[in-house]
Amino acid sequence: MPRPTVRVEPVKRLSVPHPGAAAPSTWRGLAMGRTGSDLAIAILLGLGALATLAFGESYWLLGSQVAITMIFALSVDLLVGFAGIVTLGHAVFFGVGAYSVGIASVRLGWTEPLLGLLLAAAVAALLGAATGVLVLRTRGLGQLMLTMAFASMVYEIANRAKPLTGGADGLQGMVVSPILGLFDFDIFGLTAFLYTLAVLAAVVVFAVLMTRSPYGRSLVGIRENRVRMQAIGTGVQKRLLSVYTLSAALAGIAGALLAQTSQFVGLNVLHFSLSGEILIIVALGGAGRLWGALLGAVVFTLFKDRLSALDPAYWYFWLGLLLAVIVLFAPKGLIGLVDRLLAAGRPKETA
Amino acid sequence: MTAAILETRALHKNFGALAVAQNINFSLEPGRFEALIGPNGAGKSTFINLLTGLVPPTSGSVILDGQDVTALPIEARVKRGLVRTFQINTLFNNLTVAENVILALDEHHGQGWRPLPSPSRRRRIRDEAYDILGRLGLTPWGNREVRELPYGRQRLVEIAIALALRPKVLLLDEPAAGIPSTETGTVIEVLENLASDLAVLIIEHDMDLVFRFAQRITVLVQGAVLARGTPDEIADNETVKAVYLGEGIHA
Ligand SMILES: Nc1ncnc2c1ncn2[C@@H]1O[C@H](COP(=O)(O)OP(=O)(O)OP(=O)(O)O)[C@@H](O)[C@H]1O
Ligand SMILES: [Mg+2]
Repeated sequence: MPRPTVRVEPVKRLSVPHPGAAAPSTWRGLAMGRTGSDLAIAILLGLGALATLAFGESYWLLGSQVAITMIFALSVDLLVGFAGIVTLGHAVFFGVGAYSVGIASVRLGWTEPLLGLLLAAAVAALLGAATGVLVLRTRGLGQLMLTMAFASMVYEIANRAKPLTGGADGLQGMVVSPILGLFDFDIFGLTAFLYTLAVLAAVVVFAVLMTRSPYGRSLVGIRENRVRMQAIGTGVQKRLLSVYTLSAALAGIAGALLAQTSQFVGLNVLHFSLSGEILIIVALGGAGRLWGALLGAVVFTLFKDRLSALDPAYWYFWLGLLLAVIVLFAPKGLIGLVDRLLAAGRPKETA
Repeated sequence: MTAAILETRALHKNFGALAVAQNINFSLEPGRFEALIGPNGAGKSTFINLLTGLVPPTSGSVILDGQDVTALPIEARVKRGLVRTFQINTLFNNLTVAENVILALDEHHGQGWRPLPSPSRRRRIRDEAYDILGRLGLTPWGNREVRELPYGRQRLVEIAIALALRPKVLLLDEPAAGIPSTETGTVIEVLENLASDLAVLIIEHDMDLVFRFAQRITVLVQGAVLARGTPDEIADNETVKAVYLGEGIHA
């Protein structure tokens, strides 16, 4: 029987390039080879937080912002880095979370902070599920456009709904009760810092466990080879919708924390530039690596704080330079650099 | 006669003007081992895609275990025991061989929604994966990434994943293609030792293999069933000889 040299094969991998594709995907890597970098970053960040607590009184407010950005970055990394869903509209969930607690406090007098987090998570999750159904019908560029479309619609709604949101003036006069009825938010921002750190710790533990669970692995499986996942019986659409919803809830919690700790909500929490920044942070840290996203959030926020203090207008130049350097010289992000540093410091492994 | 586990009724598929499935009425009973043959481009893979739901039919229906599954998505059919392998390897190349099988086992055991790891369960699933790998002679490769394997071994991983899903119907799309002829023995051995109530439909160009194993052969040409019968009947069928088998066959 002569065998043809060329054959048309209908079953093609439908994979679309995405930022997470650069990250190696074996969980042998996830579970072993890379824990070195993860651990190093965890220790570094832990020490940084402790030092800030002990000596950095003037940095407590900034510290809260960093922790909030870290939670937000984690939520985006779960989508982009793990499940391979692209988004340029994730600020919508961050912003909706912020407005949920803001409006609950200012308009309804609900000031309990932990319930506020739950409320924000629930509202953001609802919006995530509703828009996710549509967003996940498309892939790649179409998906990106849809996330932007929904985000920009919600932005404009918030802008117009002045009686509810305060419009462009923002939502003023937000009150937050003491946490657990015990810890009042102080003017130095110590309570706020500890509060955001505690929530961050809970989110990190959850995210780390989740990405090592069968559920987390199935997400990477979908990213890597959707047709194969379907063929082993995975309801791909439902699985993706679930992580989209979950990610929205986490972003909502981050937004709520910002509202609670700053006791103010402005339209910027819904703005497109925030969606862009958080995607940059994930790429900067290394998509598909939770500790990369966390490190990226810290570096980016500190960098932004320092540079925009020097010259607010010029900050975007430095941001661009930083990005160019990272993309060109460390395509796997900051955590990729840490990988290389550790590998260089270690005696040669036997494979 | 036992009831068919898998059936198609007047299954049609057009890709534009091209009819790749024409009025296919097919049935497969539990425990049967049957082959689907035909020239390149006959529509064999498309038929499997229609059965599994990867490609929706233009008209007609697919009946699995007495129920019309034409409208059901791929995963729902897999859950009901309809499992396939791919003509071109569709694997997680960056994962190890064992991890590929474990992913399938997790889904099969309904663990895909489990958001927390469980080390003890992991160990059990690992053992289960290595049981399957053992049957395919893949044990030494278990810890290697799929892309490090020669193509022929990768073909076996396709089968390992399918077996992990405990199929009732197994659709094999050229499982031996790309395996050096000296090594097809493993595939044959595995096929001989499949569960006795499993229904198998194999697409295969290796006529020795087909005529040796198949209890019945369906010949597909240009999307239409040209003939259907035992190996002897097919070997004697003048039309089949003319259209497909040519002279080179000695069954
Ligand atoms: N998605 C598609 N869109 C358009 N045409 C397709 C598609 N899939 C398959 N075809 C065409 O349908 C015909 C049947 O293809 P199919 O892959 O089913 O053949 P086959 O019998 O499996 O061939 P082979 O022995 O080469 O694997 C071919 O002409 C192919 O080009
Ligand atoms: Mg084919």
